[in-house]
Amino acid sequence: MLKVENMAFSYRRNEYLLNKLNVEITPGGVYGLLGKNGSGKSTLLYLLTGLMKPQIGTVTYNEVAAFKRTPEMLRNIYLLPEEFDLPEVSAEVYVKYNASFYPHFSREEFNNYLQIFELPPVKKLSQYSMGQKKKFIVSFALATNTPLLLMDEPTNGMDIPSKSQFRKVIAMGMNDNRSIIISTHQVRDLESMIDRVLLLHDNTMILNEDVMRIAEKLEFIRTTSKEDLQGCIYSTFTPEGFVGVRPNVDGVDTQVDLESLFNAVIANPLLVQQLFV
Amino acid sequence: MIFRDNQSIYLQIAERICDEILENKFPPGERIPSIREYAALVEVNANTVVRSYEWLQQQEIIFNKRGIGYYVSPEGKHHIKAIRRERFFNDELPLFFNRLYTLGISVEEIDTRYAEYLSKYSNK
Repeated sequence: MLKVENMAFSYRRNEYLLNKLNVEITPGGVYGLLGKNGSGKSTLLYLLTGLMKPQIGTVTYNEVAAFKRTPEMLRNIYLLPEEFDLPEVSAEVYVKYNASFYPHFSREEFNNYLQIFELPPVKKLSQYSMGQKKKFIVSFALATNTPLLLMDEPTNGMDIPSKSQFRKVIAMGMNDNRSIIISTHQVRDLESMIDRVLLLHDNTMILNEDVMRIAEKLEFIRTTSKEDLQGCIYSTFTPEGFVGVRPNVDGVDTQVDLESLFNAVIANPLLVQQLFV
Repeated sequence: MIFRDNQSIYLQIAERICDEILENKFPPGERIPSIREYAALVEVNANTVVRSYEWLQQQEIIFNKRGIGYYVSPEGKHHIKAIRRERFFNDELPLFFNRLYTLGISVEEIDTRYAEYLSKYSNK
């Protein structure tokens, strides 16, 4: 569907923020795009949707350069940026003018998502609080039913109960013909939703793996005794005890802890990459 | 649903469905929720629930009617109990024996207490 080949992008001359990037987005997955602040997560989302143009390499949507932003591509992709504004119009008017760009938009699903988010009706969308605006736009984004949906930090500004509502609507809005890419550093919010991890670090995609395969290759340990951490490539102490990551040798899957995975990869990129060759 | 840390999520979800079958929330021969419905309920990725359902099918706890949905096998409860008994004997009992041994508790004492427990339990 979406293909990035040997891509490099820089804002400044000879200083590549992203370099030697190869990624393919296929239908039917929830991709978690992780990376430190300033690692280029948002930039990558803009490149994927053709809002920016790579200096080297290509980004293509069904073989056509994303940067061309063809109508064919635009009706199949929805990008929800981290910051956005809603106009001073009613929900009705907003849907009337925006839904027509998306041939598979579902009014019924949209209302259903709004209900799950418990959004009260308002005369003008600008009356919503920041968190409520986010819920409104997430509902709209999911209801467009575009094969590709990209969301930049969608849970920012959401309160604690909304994060559970968010997981529910993602689970409902997901299907085999669609892929959702979510950039986040709030890994806890989305841990159970992600089935593929994209990790940006040191200007490139350092890890691009299925969560299932990660569980096959790495064992995630939580323990109260330090002795259990033998062979760990990464470990740390938390108020609940020790957490550690080590190669999975006994073949039993543990639950992938994205925070530890992230830290393990950053602390020891070569070792982790060797495991996934 | 709150997930434990030391077991993969798909198995924890399968276990939860087993509990629900044993509690008769989903009686034998009845349809269980679709993969997407269950994913929304427990707030996980649908692919995770796909794995849970595959596992339950392999264990012959549920079966798939093509195009209609997933149903509890007539023998589903029996299979769940068989799996859990096996797990108890293989995983939990050795730990329990180890406790008895290290604390010097005799099997007779356990026998007496188990009889007490049963009489209390059956009065309820």
